[in-house]
Amino acid sequence: MFRIIILLSLINLLSLSTSGNSLYKSGNDKVKDSVTFVSRFESDNIRCFKCHGQEKYEYTNETVGKQVRDMMCSERIIPKKEFYASNHRSFSCTDCHSEQYVKFPHSGELRMEQKFNCIDCHGGDEKFAKYHFEEIVTEYQKSTHFKMEDEGFSCWKCHNPHTYKITVRNSTNLKETIAYDNAICLNCHSDYSRFQLLSDKAEINIIQKHEWLPNQALHFANVRCIECHTKYDNNIPVSHQIMPKGDAVRLCNECHSKNSILMASLYKFESKEHRRYGFFNGIILNASYVIGANRNEYLNLLSLVIFFGVIIIIALHIIFRIREINKNK
Amino acid sequence: MYLYPKWIRVWHVINAAMILILIVTGLSMQYTDKDNASYVVGFAKAVRWHNFAAIVLILNYILFVTGNLLTNNGRYYRTSRKDFLLNLRVQFKYYSKGMFKGEKHPFPVTEERKFNPLQKFTYILAMYVAMPLLIISGIGLLLPEIVITTIFGISGLILTDILHITMGFLLSIFMVIHIYTCTLGAKPTSLFRGIITGYHISEEE
Ligand code: HEC
Ligand code: HEC
Ligand code: HEC
Ligand code: HEC
Ligand code: HEC
Ligand code: HEC
Ligand code: HEC
Ligand code: HEM
Repeated sequence: MFRIIILLSLINLLSLSTSGNSLYKSGNDKVKDSVTFVSRFESDNIRCFKCHGQEKYEYTNETVGKQVRDMMCSERIIPKKEFYASNHRSFSCTDCHSEQYVKFPHSGELRMEQKFNCIDCHGGDEKFAKYHFEEIVTEYQKSTHFKMEDEGFSCWKCHNPHTYKITVRNSTNLKETIAYDNAICLNCHSDYSRFQLLSDKAEINIIQKHEWLPNQALHFANVRCIECHTKYDNNIPVSHQIMPKGDAVRLCNECHSKNSILMASLYKFESKEHRRYGFFNGIILNASYVIGANRNEYLNLLSLVIFFGVIIIIALHIIFRIREINKNK
Repeated sequence: MYLYPKWIRVWHVINAAMILILIVTGLSMQYTDKDNASYVVGFAKAVRWHNFAAIVLILNYILFVTGNLLTNNGRYYRTSRKDFLLNLRVQFKYYSKGMFKGEKHPFPVTEERKFNPLQKFTYILAMYVAMPLLIISGIGLLLPEIVITTIFGISGLILTDILHITMGFLLSIFMVIHIYTCTLGAKPTSLFRGIITGYHISEEE
């Protein structure tokens, strides 16, 4: 009894000192440089940020010559910090938007402004070859969202033009990467106000729809939606073909097994090193423990040896017992 | 000799059944593969059954501990340091040599001594060391939020899990040996009859 009390209090101590950090601390500080980044267009962009940078904006009502304060709607607020940390931070707002936006009120015609596509700038560019833009476009066109292009779905809906930042490729903290990528989907899939702009469907309750998945919160913190919902493709770093719901991964063994699909998706950027300390799928161990995917071959071997050792000893014992019985007869 | 009170027999049947379920489902989870998705039991089913059996086992374990605290069955699990190792050696010698030469049991079963020293020792290890560790690590895996995330740079869940599989494995080995040594009674079946009926049949009777 005494032992149990000690053990229980030990466990309590352990759980009290829980720290949220994972052990992803290795090199690669690419994310950091956003802090020191200074845009060539800093002063140009101020013209827009002074209104689009926060909730409140001011302008002068020319007719009455009065200063007016108003509220910027949240969809049109661009957090300055996030913009200057994004992939396109070196841009001026007016590289993508008309120069006429300098004027306020913005002209009504600007609403019809034609937006660039990713491929307009990235297509056929050697510098971006490693991203496989062309293949991504092909996959996107096969994805289930593509049918909503006419309603306004586009790459921009997942890649916020002002805040998108490559994450999984440079990941130093897998949990944060997962949260970042899942937030992209949840932007619509847990916010009906955005969802309904594209579809007449009633709200889809994500939690309810995934009720069949045990430890749901744990799963959603440790795998991305796209792990289960995209058709994975070895040639593309991030698969973009979101399949109809019927084709989503439902089999636990797809991940919980020796040849886990996680190796080809979530852990793709690091899976060069296949085994570590004898663990199958060793790199998964860095961030999480996936039952069935992380088997230790040495422990496996040891357990087999012990098991058969015991069986042999018992068999010998039985033989000796039978001989003893026969002797007595 | 009436040695196994009803509650210990009930405890034991439940315990044995749950352990068997846990071993089968635990192995299925550990050795799943994409190709043979239904290795003994499918993964999802294995998780469900493993959780269920584990909770029954924990409640049952509480019964075992409180039962042994409240009744005098608990006295069979108390050891004195005196001659502890010596007695173990004597019993071991009997099992490995003496019994083949027709020697008498060095520690015959009496009301006062239900278990021989080796039995007592393994039962204590199994019930008061392995079982608590198994249960605590299992609870950690069931509620991963309470597990410390990293211990010296290794994921806490991994350590918890390794502890869990190791204890599960040791208890499985215990069970194999246990079942075998239970055939060493007066007749190979008499001890099994004992844990069901409650009455121990001695060789002398
Ligand atoms: C004086 C404040 C102010 C300034 C300066 C300003 N905007 Fe705006 N902007 C707004 C407001 C308010 C809206 C929303 C109402 C509207 O569409 O007119 C808006 C809307 C927009 C829209 C969305 C139009 C649509 O189709 O919904 C874009 C794009 C835009 N602004 C870009 C810019 C750019 C680029 C700059 C800098 C060159 C800029 N704005 C400067 C206040 C401003
Ligand atoms: C890489 C190109 C690019 C740059 C740089 C850019 N934008 Fe945009 N912006 C877009 C696109 C594309 C859209 C339309 C997004 C959509 O359709 O979802 C947009 C939409 C907007 C909107 C309307 C938001 C909405 O959801 O309706 C505002 C406001 C805006 N941009 C302001 C700015 C400001 C201010 C800057 C500079 C800090 C800026 N943009 C820089 C491409 C860009
Ligand atoms: C107006 C042209 C333009 C558009 C439209 C555009 N990009 Fe870019 N993008 C660039 C340029 C130029 C760079 C390089 C910026 C730099 O090096 O500072 C870049 C950088 C990137 C990078 C980072 C590359 C790296 O190695 O750092 C990614 C990823 C990216 N863009 C993705 C996209 C996606 C996805 C879209 C569409 C949703 C898109 N871009 C739309 C011009 C564009
Ligand atoms: C349904 C959401 C969604 C849509 C639509 C989408 N993407 Fe992505 N894309 C993602 C996610 C999620 C990532 C992973 C982001 C990360 O962690 O870096 C990503 C990553 C990328 C990357 C970086 C891949 C790498 O190797 O680092 C590129 C390039 C890209 N997308 C281009 C596009 C283009 C081009 C389109 C439109 C044809 C598009 N995406 C449409 C969700 C989407
Ligand atoms: C473990 C795999 C897995 C993960 C992770 C996962 N899903 Fe699913 N999801 C499924 C499966 C399987 C279905 C099909 C359920 C059904 O047929 O009812 C589904 C269904 C859906 C549906 C369609 C629901 C409907 O009935 O219309 C949406 C939308 C969806 N998931 C979004 C998400 C989002 C967003 C995430 C990330 C937060 C996510 N999923 C994560 C496996 C997964
Ligand atoms: C801009 C909003 C938006 C984003 C971002 C978005 N979705 Fe969707 N998604 C929708 C809408 C709207 C539908 C409903 C389409 C319809 O009417 O059938 C949908 C449908 C789905 C479905 C169900 C398809 C079916 O067969 O019914 C899945 C699965 C899904 N999305 C997964 C994802 C995943 C995974 C991501 C992130 C990588 C994501 N979505 C990002 C808006 C979005
Ligand atoms: C997309 C991959 C994926 C799929 C599919 C998947 N899982 Fe998981 N699962 C994971 C990952 C990753 C973890 C590890 C989380 C962590 O780090 O603790 C996990 C953890 C778990 C845990 C918790 C283990 C613990 O440490 O407490 C259980 C239980 C579980 N999964 C059961 C299932 C079942 C049952 C299914 C099928 C219905 C399933 N999983 C499908 C990826 C997956
Ligand atoms: C890992 C699972 C098991 C554990 C932890 C376990 C533990 C125990 C314990 C502690 C006792 C002594 C009970 C007492 O009188 O206080 C006992 C007795 C007994 N058990 Fe088990 N048991 C397990 C599985 C089994 C199985 C599967 C069988 C048979 C198929 C079995 C057969 C017996 C028998 C015959 C006895 C009576 C003999 C004795 O007292 O040593 N046990 N067991």
